[in-house]
Amino acid sequence: MSDPAAPPSPPSPPSPPTQAERDELRRHGILLTSLEELYNWGRSHSVWPLQFGLACCAIEMIAASMARFDIARFGSEVFRPSPRQADLLIVSGTVTKKMAPQVVRLWNQMPEPKYCIAMGACAISGGPFKQGYNVLKGIDRYIPVDLYIPGCPPRPEALLHGLMQLQEKIRAQTISGPEAPRHLQAGGAPECAVPDFGAHDLQPPQNPEVWRPPTIIRGGGA
Amino acid sequence: MNPHPYAFLAVFAAAAVAFPLALLAVAQLWFKVFQPPKPGPVKNAIYECGVAPTGDAWIQFQAHYYLYAILFLIFDVEVLFLLPFAVVFTSLSAGALLAMLAFILLLAEGLVWAWHRGHLEWR
Repeated sequence: MSDPAAPPSPPSPPSPPTQAERDELRRHGILLTSLEELYNWGRSHSVWPLQFGLACCAIEMIAASMARFDIARFGSEVFRPSPRQADLLIVSGTVTKKMAPQVVRLWNQMPEPKYCIAMGACAISGGPFKQGYNVLKGIDRYIPVDLYIPGCPPRPEALLHGLMQLQEKIRAQTISGPEAPRHLQAGGAPECAVPDFGAHDLQPPQNPEVWRPPTIIRGGGA
Repeated sequence: MNPHPYAFLAVFAAAAVAFPLALLAVAQLWFKVFQPPKPGPVKNAIYECGVAPTGDAWIQFQAHYYLYAILFLIFDVEVLFLLPFAVVFTSLSAGALLAMLAFILLLAEGLVWAWHRGHLEWR
């Protein structure tokens, strides 16, 4: 507010008002918004996570929700015990192959628009247990992950930072056009296939719609 | 012409009906346009804890504890009414006495039934 006012740009009715024009209007007590911004503003400040912890990252998640770190400052203190009421799935910890179908099922039962945070090294890639026979090498093999928070475990501040990044992402979403969230796209947001327990591994080992194994292309040929 | 002194009640009633209806209509419009339903077999599952549901939600739930409810009613409620009955026993009218006897008879009937069925046996 102490900054000198930016010179108002010449009026151009077809284009939306610039940030400088909005600031100028706000100084005069006029708040300019659009339905999209209002919608995103509202939902980005009430991201309700699912009450779902998997391992030690969940302890940090719990700490983030308590008074010292206070996730309520960001409107996300309402941890819902039912996926039907949750907007955000925080995969907080090691996903074993025994647990993976349950995580995918919970994700499927959440209503759109929904977001997923892979919290910690285990949820991202299997982490220190990556070589374990029973550990899933990253939850992004089965469900679309919006945000990765590295750390082992990430501190609550890191989770809060991740939440702020998610809020930025929500605010940048449009409600029409190619940038719209997937549930507003034509034929978007199908259910993720829930893996079954196979003889040696989960079947299928990944959801090809969200993750494909990296292909090594050998050089040469010429 | 002066309006009826209670005409404002009609205005309030109309506003009280119209305001929530308007909000519900807006919510419904928003739902139609921006929240297209995405049902699916997993999403519509009856159980929402991640575990695959088994069987139907409409199961027969056996109420094993109705016996305890009946016996509790017999003894507890009987004592509850018999105590004031005993206090004012000497000053009661014949009608009140008959009513109380009918009440005790009803409860005693339940006791006889439970006794006859063997529900008083401790197993």
